[in-house]
Amino acid sequence: MTKKEPFFWITISCGFVIMAFILLPLVEMMTAPSFAMLKETIKDKDVVRSIWLSIYTAGLAALISFVFGTPLAYLLARTNFRGKRLVESIIDLPIVIPHPVVGIAILSVAGRNHWVGQVASELGIRIMGSVTGIVIVLTFVGMPFYINAVKEGFEAISPRLEKVSRSLGASMFSTFSRITFPLAWRSMLTGIIMCSARAISEFGAVVIVAYHPMIAPVMIYERFEAYGLKYSQPVAVWLVSICLILFIVLRVLTTASREKEA
Amino acid sequence: MIKTENLKVSLPGFDLHDINLSIEEGGFFVLMGPTGAGKTVLLEAMAGLIPVKSGRIIIDGKDVAGLPSEKRGVSIVYQDYALFPHLTVMENIKYGLHFQKLDRKEADQRLNALIYKLDLANLEKRFPANLSGGELQRVALARALMVNPRILLLDEPLSALDPRFREEIRSGLKKLHQSSKVTFFMVTHDFAEALSLADQAAVMSDGRIEQTGSMEDIFQRPCSKFVADFVGMKNLFLARFTGSKATIDNLEIELGRTPVNAHGYIAIRPEDIVLSKESFTSSMRNSFRGTVSGVFDGGFYYEVHVRVGETTFKSLITKRSLFELKIQEGMDAYIAFKSTAIHNF
Repeated sequence: MTKKEPFFWITISCGFVIMAFILLPLVEMMTAPSFAMLKETIKDKDVVRSIWLSIYTAGLAALISFVFGTPLAYLLARTNFRGKRLVESIIDLPIVIPHPVVGIAILSVAGRNHWVGQVASELGIRIMGSVTGIVIVLTFVGMPFYINAVKEGFEAISPRLEKVSRSLGASMFSTFSRITFPLAWRSMLTGIIMCSARAISEFGAVVIVAYHPMIAPVMIYERFEAYGLKYSQPVAVWLVSICLILFIVLRVLTTASREKEA
Repeated sequence: MIKTENLKVSLPGFDLHDINLSIEEGGFFVLMGPTGAGKTVLLEAMAGLIPVKSGRIIIDGKDVAGLPSEKRGVSIVYQDYALFPHLTVMENIKYGLHFQKLDRKEADQRLNALIYKLDLANLEKRFPANLSGGELQRVALARALMVNPRILLLDEPLSALDPRFREEIRSGLKKLHQSSKVTFFMVTHDFAEALSLADQAAVMSDGRIEQTGSMEDIFQRPCSKFVADFVGMKNLFLARFTGSKATIDNLEIELGRTPVNAHGYIAIRPEDIVLSKESFTSSMRNSFRGTVSGVFDGGFYYEVHVRVGETTFKSLITKRSLFELKIQEGMDAYIAFKSTAIHNF
C-alpha cells in the first residue's frame, strides 16, 4: 500500500470536523428530552395542532408551486428569450432576501394602504394573522426551490423526444402527458419535497405575518422564550423528525431514479 | 411528388434560403452537405418541428407548411434515435397508433411485418437503455414506419454507428426502403453513403441548395465548385475554353466537345487520372509529363500529386501499384486522362 500524502489526511480531517459540526448539536438536541417528555408533548393538543398546521400549510405551498410553477419551469427549460436571465434571477430572489424582510414585504402589499390589501379585504380574505397569510409566505419562500428542481428535470429530457412524439401524431397535450410528464414526475416530486421542506423550516417571515395561528417553529420559539430550552426541545424533536423523514424520502427517490437511468 | 417551394426558415443566427426540392414518390432522396449546412434544420422544418418563414411544402398535392407536425404524415428518425426511455421497445413501436385511426388488422399486419423485417422479435419487452446502437436504430425505424408516413426523414442514420456495421446497416436500410414503398429522405455529410443509397440527391451548403438532381448528375456533373469538391472531384481548375479545348495556366486540354461558356471550371476525379513512368501510347488524348510533388497515404490507396507546369494533378492509385511503379517524390511521371472523364461547367 502506498503511503498517503498529508493532503489526503487534511481532506479526511476536514470531513470529520464538518460531520461533527452538523451532527453534534442535532444529536444532542434530539437525545435531550426523555421519552416520557416526548410522549407528553405529543399529547399536547396545541403542539399537534401547530405541527399539523406547519405540515399542511407547507403542503399547500408546494401544491400552489406545482400548479403555477410547472408551466413556468417548462417555459424556462424549453425556450430562450430576451430577459430569461432576469426572470430566473427574480425567481431566485426569495432565496437571498432575509426572512423577516420577506414578511415585511408581504405585509406592505397586504395592508389597507395598498390596493392589493384593499381588494383582498373586500373579498373577505384576511392575510395578517391567518392561515391564508402563512400559506402566502411559505409559497413565497418555497416556490424557487420547486421551480429550479423542475426546470432541471425538464432540461434533462431531450426536446427530440417531444418532437418525435409530435411527428408520430401526438398533439402537444398528448405529448406532455405521455412523454414529458412520465419522464419529469420524479423531478416534480423532488421539487415538491424541497419546496415543502423549505416551507416547514420558515420562521422569520411567518412570525411577522402571522404569529397566530401558531406554526411549529413559532411555537418552539415561544416555548423557548417563555419556559426555556428544556420545554422547547421536545417540540423541536418532533418537528426535526418530520423534516428528516422528508429528507430521507427525497434521497431515496432521487437515488432510485438515478439508478433507473443508468 | 413531395416538393418544397421557396422554403425559408429564419432562426437566430441561421437562415435557410429559398429551398426548392422535388422528391419523387417512393424514392430515396439524400440531402448532403458539410456539418453546419442546415440539413437538420431543413429536416425539422419539413416535419413541422420548427416554424417556416415563407414558402410551401407540398405533400400529396397539399401545402402542409401551416399544419402542425402531427397532421403532416412525416416521420423522423434522429441521429440519436430519440427512443422514449420509459417505454419498452414494443410500446415505442406502437406509440403512433394511439393517435392514428387505423384498421386493427392492418396495424397488426404492419407491426408483424416490421418486427420481422427489422429483426426485433427478441427485443419487444426490453427498455431502450439496454439496447445496442444498431438495435436502437432498428426500433426507431420501426416506430417511424408504423404510422405509415408519407415521407420518412432520416437524420444521419449511419454516422453514430460502429464503422464495422455501417455497411451492413446501409444495405439493410436500402432493403427496408425497397420493401416499404415509403419515400425516404436522408441527411448525411458522407458522400460515399449517399452514393450507395440514393437515386436522387441535393447538396446543401450554408443554408442553400447548391445542386439537386439525380445522384448520377451530382456525381458526374457537379454545377459548382463547392459540389465538385464535395463529391470528391479533387482536380478542379479554372479554365478558358476555346473550341473544344480548355486552357488551364499554360496547359491545353482536349475536351472532345465545345462548351458554351468561355470561362469556367473543369473537374476530373482523381481515380480517372492514370499514372505511369513511361510515356502513354494509348487512346487517351490528354497526356502530360510532370514531377511527383507529393505522395499521401489514404489507407487503402495513395494520393499522388503530379506537378505539370503550374498545375498540380491529383491521382489515386492502389498501394500495390505505388510499389510496382516505385513512385517517389521528385521523380518524373506521366499522367493521362480521357476527355470523357473531364467535367466542365
